[in-house]
Amino acid sequence: MTMTSPELSQNPKDTAGAGRTISRATASAHLREALLPSLIALLVAAIVGDILIVVFGQSPGAVYRLLIEGTWGNSYGFGQVLYKATTLTFTGLAIAFALRAGLFNIGAESQLAAGGFMAAIVGLVLPAGLPWIVMLPIYLAAAAFGGGIVGWIAGELKARFGAHEVITTIMLNFIVLALLSYLTSAHLKVPETLHTVEIHSGALPRLSDFIPAFHGSAANLVMVIAILACVAAWWYLFRTRRGFELRAVGLQPEAAEYGGVRPGVVWTRAMTISGAIAGLGGLNFVLGYKHYYEEGFAGGAGFLGIAVALVGGTHPLGVALAALLFATISQGGLAVNALVPKQFVEVLQAVVIIAVAVSVPEVRRILRAQRRTE
Amino acid sequence: MTPTDTAAIRLTDIHKSFGPVLANRGASLEVARGEIHALVGENGAGKSTLMRILSGMYTPDSGRMEVVDGSGVLRDVAGWSTADAIKAGVGMVHQHFMLVPTLTVAENLILGAELTKDGPLRLLDGARAVEQVDALSHRTGLRVNASQLVSQLSVGEAQRVEILKTLYRGARILILDEPTAVLSPPEVAELWQVLRQMRERGETIVLITHKLDEVMSISDTVTVMRHGRTISRLRTAETTPQEIAREMVGRDVVLAGGLRRDAAMGEEVWAVASSRDAAPAGGTSLGQTSFPLPALELRGVSIASARHAEAVRDVGFSVSPGEILGIAGVEGNGQTELIEAIAGLRKLRSGTILLDHHDITNASVRARGDAGLSHIPEDRHARGLILDYTVADNLILGQQHRFARGGFFNSLDGERIAENARRQITAFDIRPDDPILPARALSGGNQQKIVVAREMGRDFRVLLAAQPTRGVDVGAIEFIHAQLLAARAAGKAILLVSADLSEILALSDRIAVMYGGRFVVVMPRAKASEEVLGPYMTGAERAA
Repeated sequence: MTMTSPELSQNPKDTAGAGRTISRATASAHLREALLPSLIALLVAAIVGDILIVVFGQSPGAVYRLLIEGTWGNSYGFGQVLYKATTLTFTGLAIAFALRAGLFNIGAESQLAAGGFMAAIVGLVLPAGLPWIVMLPIYLAAAAFGGGIVGWIAGELKARFGAHEVITTIMLNFIVLALLSYLTSAHLKVPETLHTVEIHSGALPRLSDFIPAFHGSAANLVMVIAILACVAAWWYLFRTRRGFELRAVGLQPEAAEYGGVRPGVVWTRAMTISGAIAGLGGLNFVLGYKHYYEEGFAGGAGFLGIAVALVGGTHPLGVALAALLFATISQGGLAVNALVPKQFVEVLQAVVIIAVAVSVPEVRRILRAQRRTE
Repeated sequence: MTPTDTAAIRLTDIHKSFGPVLANRGASLEVARGEIHALVGENGAGKSTLMRILSGMYTPDSGRMEVVDGSGVLRDVAGWSTADAIKAGVGMVHQHFMLVPTLTVAENLILGAELTKDGPLRLLDGARAVEQVDALSHRTGLRVNASQLVSQLSVGEAQRVEILKTLYRGARILILDEPTAVLSPPEVAELWQVLRQMRERGETIVLITHKLDEVMSISDTVTVMRHGRTISRLRTAETTPQEIAREMVGRDVVLAGGLRRDAAMGEEVWAVASSRDAAPAGGTSLGQTSFPLPALELRGVSIASARHAEAVRDVGFSVSPGEILGIAGVEGNGQTELIEAIAGLRKLRSGTILLDHHDITNASVRARGDAGLSHIPEDRHARGLILDYTVADNLILGQQHRFARGGFFNSLDGERIAENARRQITAFDIRPDDPILPARALSGGNQQKIVVAREMGRDFRVLLAAQPTRGVDVGAIEFIHAQLLAARAAGKAILLVSADLSEILALSDRIAVMYGGRFVVVMPRAKASEEVLGPYMTGAERAA
């Protein structure tokens, strides 16, 4: 019996396969509910954008046409969008994952950097010339470990001492980035640069290796890992016992505790996994693009990930779509520079973030919870 | 029907919907001037919505609203605001107190209309505020200490302040939303006295309630609502609790027991009593020793809470299979802490908890559940349910490890979750019978049925039932009580905590009273009554 329509489950006599129908219907309801505020936010951003463009004396149509042409309209631009979206998918997914456990991870920036750094260190230690297919699992583990340990510290501090994760992750950003900067500049960097020496093993194939039209863009195989990470996170959150418990803690910690879940354990676990996901994002730059660790490569992707997570409705699929959107806006800024200042796209991003922040239920719930505990 | 010219409120054919939910669909209410009018109905019948429309919080979709004005003329007030309602003398006392704990009684009363001294600085005139509040307190008989901090008040006193606040703003029509939920019997009696005095002064009172004994003892007229409609309007003197219950539920309700004369209070009190009252050979006459070995035993348990170093002090008791031990007491005397400690949600300072002779003092919540402990928590919205989870998911909360396939992925078995949901929804008559609705979408009674189904629809030895029927409708109360009695008959040990004394009296084999964190008395049901228990509940009396 094939169950494709949620309506079927409303017939109580319908037994076979109803379990699947229930979860499918809930999953689609989750996604719909998650994405609605984002669509409204985008509409608001579009209106504000139009007004801004008109203020600059340009026609909105022309600017948006240019923006699309410069991104999705040619293969180099599109490749760059995909590259940027890959990093944003990891950081957005990391933040969305923590949000599902009721935690606001502001530390994706340093977790991303730590992941990239660990991958680079492993690359420097390992013998040169090994093929990527052999090396990839090691690099994945190293990047996840780098980000995960930063996340774990914040999770453990919350579980053990009740230290608020917003504060600790912000502080960890400073500490970790400073530490990485010290290690790089004092011990590892190539003179006159801010980066380590090049890694000669495990460089991942670029998209242009398969489709020559993408030549010059940085899009690479890590893109596929990002998609797999989204699927895995979705599976974990919505299909496993631990995901059930993690979301329970995020929604109502007291009820989760009543249900035999220890919120502290879940907080530590969720922050560790969140940090690990962000850390994997470091591979995009280190293995997929430059083949070295460079100070400041995160470039704000950890913070923009907050917006990606919220616009994506903290749903893994939504996060991937939102990452594409923000990558498009970011890459499009370069394209529209001729007509409007490139800061225009930053304003646009800010408007999206503000509109989403006021409309996303997660944010309102966290603010409510914050007020309750005060 | 009351003649038109004496009506204080007349709401006609009110409709109000929230999205797809029709809260009111043709609700009407006519309240005469100077009467106490009870508005009753099951949960979700639309009482609160109707009263919020009357007090200006909601705008009705359609319908006529008329409220008497200062000169005694009925005025059309459809779609007015809360400010309009307050100006016209309509005040609502909400179930949850809306007071600022760090301010004094007088400061709370004048909040929003602060009295100031003359002069450029417009300094607050505290003395005049206290004076005014004292005068109002004296005039109404609502005794309060105007300069006391609200945080130091008892629940009964806080409620008095709420009523005073409404009166201070000039209310002539007072709406009370389930005012007795948090009061002890003497405080209830005191409230009734105040309401009667207000009635004598010509003020009009609308009382939203679930409790039929309150309807019978205090009201002049009753309006019954069901499914958003007004079903009937009855004169209290000419009706019976059975008739009201029937109107509320739409069918006959089994309320064992009957009206009895309450000598101490000089009024008739409707008591819901179990059939064992009439059968003295029941469990109550058995001595405790004739029960088999205890299923749950506590020894010397003390518990700290955020507010008290000893929220529970040296409590020891046991509950045997087939026994219901009822814990009576005004809320906030340690019952919450005690139940949470037994459930594993709170640490003990000292003492031991035994479940079937196994020490579970330091066991995890999950281990206790697996050992046969079920728990209906007192607050279903905070603990008992995850409101955004589906009914099916809520029906496995705390049991999720039993619905996982194990292995590395440990994925949840959707088929079994669905099968479990179907079984429980049918067995416990949860409505609507759609397992993928979020729990939030269900009425209070049906939400509670989810909790009851989950905790009682599985194999268990001991049940902690904390306020199992709080805020649920008559039909659900009847159902839950029947479930508790059936579990008792099946040899389960049940620890029942309830603020509703009639519930304790109706179900328990033995009754303990908690006051100040201690068990002040434990007695067999046969010896207990409201009059006997009342003084213990207020701390006026304690057993040696």
